Amino acid sequence: MTPTLAGLPLTAVVPPLAAINWHSFFFLLFASIACGFAVAVVTATNVVRMALYLVLSLAATAGLFLLAGAEFVGAMQLMIYVGGTLVLLVFGVMLTAQAPFVSIATSGGDRVLAGVVGAALLGALLMAGLSVPAWRAPASGKLAEPAATPLGMALVGVRVDEPAANAPEKAVRPGYLLPFEIISIHLLVVLVGAAYLARAKRRKTPRAIDVAASVEPPASVAEHAAIGRGPAGAGSVLAGGPALTGGPR
Amino acid sequence: MIGSLAIPPLFGLLITEPVSVAHYLVVGAIMFTAGVACMATKRNALGVLMGIELVLNGANVNFVAFASPYLAGEGARSLGLDGQAIAVFVIVLAAAEAAVALAITLNFYNNHATVDVDRADDLKG
Repeated sequence: MTPTLAGLPLTAVVPPLAAINWHSFFFLLFASIACGFAVAVVTATNVVRMALYLVLSLAATAGLFLLAGAEFVGAMQLMIYVGGTLVLLVFGVMLTAQAPFVSIATSGGDRVLAGVVGAALLGALLMAGLSVPAWRAPASGKLAEPAATPLGMALVGVRVDEPAANAPEKAVRPGYLLPFEIISIHLLVVLVGAAYLARAKRRKTPRAIDVAASVEPPASVAEHAAIGRGPAGAGSVLAGGPALTGGPR
Repeated sequence: MIGSLAIPPLFGLLITEPVSVAHYLVVGAIMFTAGVACMATKRNALGVLMGIELVLNGANVNFVAFASPYLAGEGARSLGLDGQAIAVFVIVLAAAEAAVALAITLNFYNNHATVDVDRADDLKG
């Protein structure tokens, strides 16, 4: 009597342990986590849950990168994406998560339309991806060289990795020094711009959110402002307040 | 019954056969599509941002798959180091994009007291 699962002998459902390709097994594990939580990001309505699902999806993608032999990219994915970008996103969620905005529902018609368009797009992408026989050939299993050192050297303009098998002798193999410089300047400009955009501003007119809150101003804030600025208007008192903008200048 | 007959052989095939580049392309396609659907349907500005992250990540999966000499079939050429370098650049660009987009979102929230992108119609003619 062999054990059965769903009416089939167990060996037909789960292959024997020795036949399992563990690379494929872990690929399947990480791929299902990555895809499942990517779809969960779309279907979730609560923005805090969406952020959590995105963390899991991106972390599983780092696992896929490691399985493909790109250990440096996988580590960068974990450090920059999961560690940096998502902390930023979660901060954004926390700063803007007032009760009415935590879950903003989409109308049913939009959901159906998005589902149809998404299915069409997915079908087109899958057809394109599966139509090339060379991409469907099983992996050769050729062990990849560690890529961190060649990548780091290539970023400063020196290629130390093996050239492709059929590359012409003495072909010029440019590094990535110029893209590296461009992206460095780009990152600097972007971060300065982001800091400029997100700075605390003095405003001339009170925000709508402050007007709503100004029905009952706390006594200590009003007192502090009265000492610091004299007869300041209610709007400027509540727009950030002296404590947030670094006091009256 | 048909489903239970059809699915186990597929599952068995997936974990006994070596993976190919196409496996990674399927993962990339699903993440890309999820990202596009997320960008199109979410009304929360941060949800739209998360969709953009998913799209960039789906593209990155493809780059890494094409770059991998391990995944390339017998005799096939891989992108080599180029693909990995582009993937790193995309990750950095995504970080920069997230920083700016978040600053814009916080500014919008400060000025309009909402993060609903449907309310961002000040420039409507």
